[in-house]
Amino acid sequence: MALSEAGTGDLNARVVIVGAGHAGGSAAAFLRQYGHVGPIVLIGEEPLLPYQRPPLSKAWLKGEADADSLQLKPSSWYEEAGVSLRLGGVVVSINRGAKTVSLASGETLPYDYLILATGARARALPIPGADLSGVLSLRTAADAEALKAALGPGKRLAVIGGGYVGLEAAASARALGGHVMIIEREPRVLARVACETLSTFFQDYHGARGVAFELDAGVAGFEGENGHVTGVRFTDGRVVACDVALVGVGAIPNEELARDAGLECANGVVVDIEARTADPFVFAIGDLTHRPLPIYGRQFRLESVPNALEQAKQAASAIAGKAMPPHEIPWFWSDQYDLKLQIAGLPFDADRQVVRGDVAAAKFAVFHLKGDLVQAVEAVNAPPEFMAGKQLIAKRTPVSIEKLADPTISMKEVAA
Amino acid sequence: MAKITYIEHDGTDHVIDVKPGLTVMEGAVKNNVPGIDADCGGACACATCHVYVDDAWISKTGEKSAMEESMLDFAENVEPNSRLSCQIKVSDALDGLVVRLPESQH
Repeated sequence: MALSEAGTGDLNARVVIVGAGHAGGSAAAFLRQYGHVGPIVLIGEEPLLPYQRPPLSKAWLKGEADADSLQLKPSSWYEEAGVSLRLGGVVVSINRGAKTVSLASGETLPYDYLILATGARARALPIPGADLSGVLSLRTAADAEALKAALGPGKRLAVIGGGYVGLEAAASARALGGHVMIIEREPRVLARVACETLSTFFQDYHGARGVAFELDAGVAGFEGENGHVTGVRFTDGRVVACDVALVGVGAIPNEELARDAGLECANGVVVDIEARTADPFVFAIGDLTHRPLPIYGRQFRLESVPNALEQAKQAASAIAGKAMPPHEIPWFWSDQYDLKLQIAGLPFDADRQVVRGDVAAAKFAVFHLKGDLVQAVEAVNAPPEFMAGKQLIAKRTPVSIEKLADPTISMKEVAA
Repeated sequence: MAKITYIEHDGTDHVIDVKPGLTVMEGAVKNNVPGIDADCGGACACATCHVYVDDAWISKTGEKSAMEESMLDFAENVEPNSRLSCQIKVSDALDGLVVRLPESQH
């Protein structure tokens, strides 16, 4: 195929997808939905069919979902759809000139289009004892299996990092009857990803349900006995005993493969609004990418299922020659105890916050505005605020602050 | 197994045998029926699994929860027979169910 033909759509093209997570698995599915008939090879390092990760810290950890229900598609689908799986396959290099990828097994696979979907990995803590057994992270089904086996009545879980993974795991561990301490370097939980109102609310909610907190706390290392973790040592010398420690201090993109192939990386593989890299035959999707957010006039790396699905659709549409799907507003969700947190947008350039609803009653939303434009909304047990807020962010129409702050005026009217 | 017919907005139909215990959304997604996105995987958090339940089946698919009701309230092209398919559990009683898909989930 000549370079000039890239992106015009070739339903017979050979597509290789590296990474069989939510993004990679969905890209294969969308390609088939869009009429692509050419060969599709899906390569994943984990020995599992593509599965959903969000339940790993929630329903799955509590034993409310089984492995089958986590799968995106049953194994029979891949066979029927003619998607060739290379599970346990490790891609070691990309040759963009020859349009091939090389696997650790020695196999070389040619492609017409390549989709990189290698995701992100849990950031490790470079401190003594981090390699003890029982010091876990939570990214994969295997991680979740190890954590689940260590939780239960009376078991003591130390969570390093008060982010969403840590808070969700804490709620699940409490539901299973365990003791939980959350240790956070910043003065508040969710410091990088939520506003102070939300941080305080979640901390209080967890605290009232028996979770202990150490904020503004430095972790110097893990204590162990016979190779297994027995405690967390703070920088001030104190030691807190635990049976298992979960490190949830963020994720870093698996971008080495792309970087080694000469593709631009900047905390993620740089892509355009169609999920394409500077190489017209190479796409990158999901947690891996540093992508444009047109509404905010920025590039950013998102870690979310909706982002993975949106970019999977973009790449599949470009390859199949289908019209691009409409742009979406980034959104996120979290379930903890009986709380449903839904977030739309990102609070870039916001200069004021409006709280709507009743924080004490666990039913409220925090709107982040730039002037009278909604940039983001964080909604706790407040679906109308989330849904209407998401529409307001997309429409870029000014809102009345007075109406927004008045919960007796419906969101329908506020958004009208 | 319950036989469920999913009819895309353009009229294309998909007849799928769905295992009782799964949701109507899962029956579609696991069989790659186009038009049901289910971004949140069934957490009732996104309203991207919106379907119209065929009138004959409305009473058999159960009541909407307050959460589902308020999510649907802000979805596009909502009708009285609109449901979020992640909130409909499949059982033998739903053998023969027909659902139609909206033009768009977003």
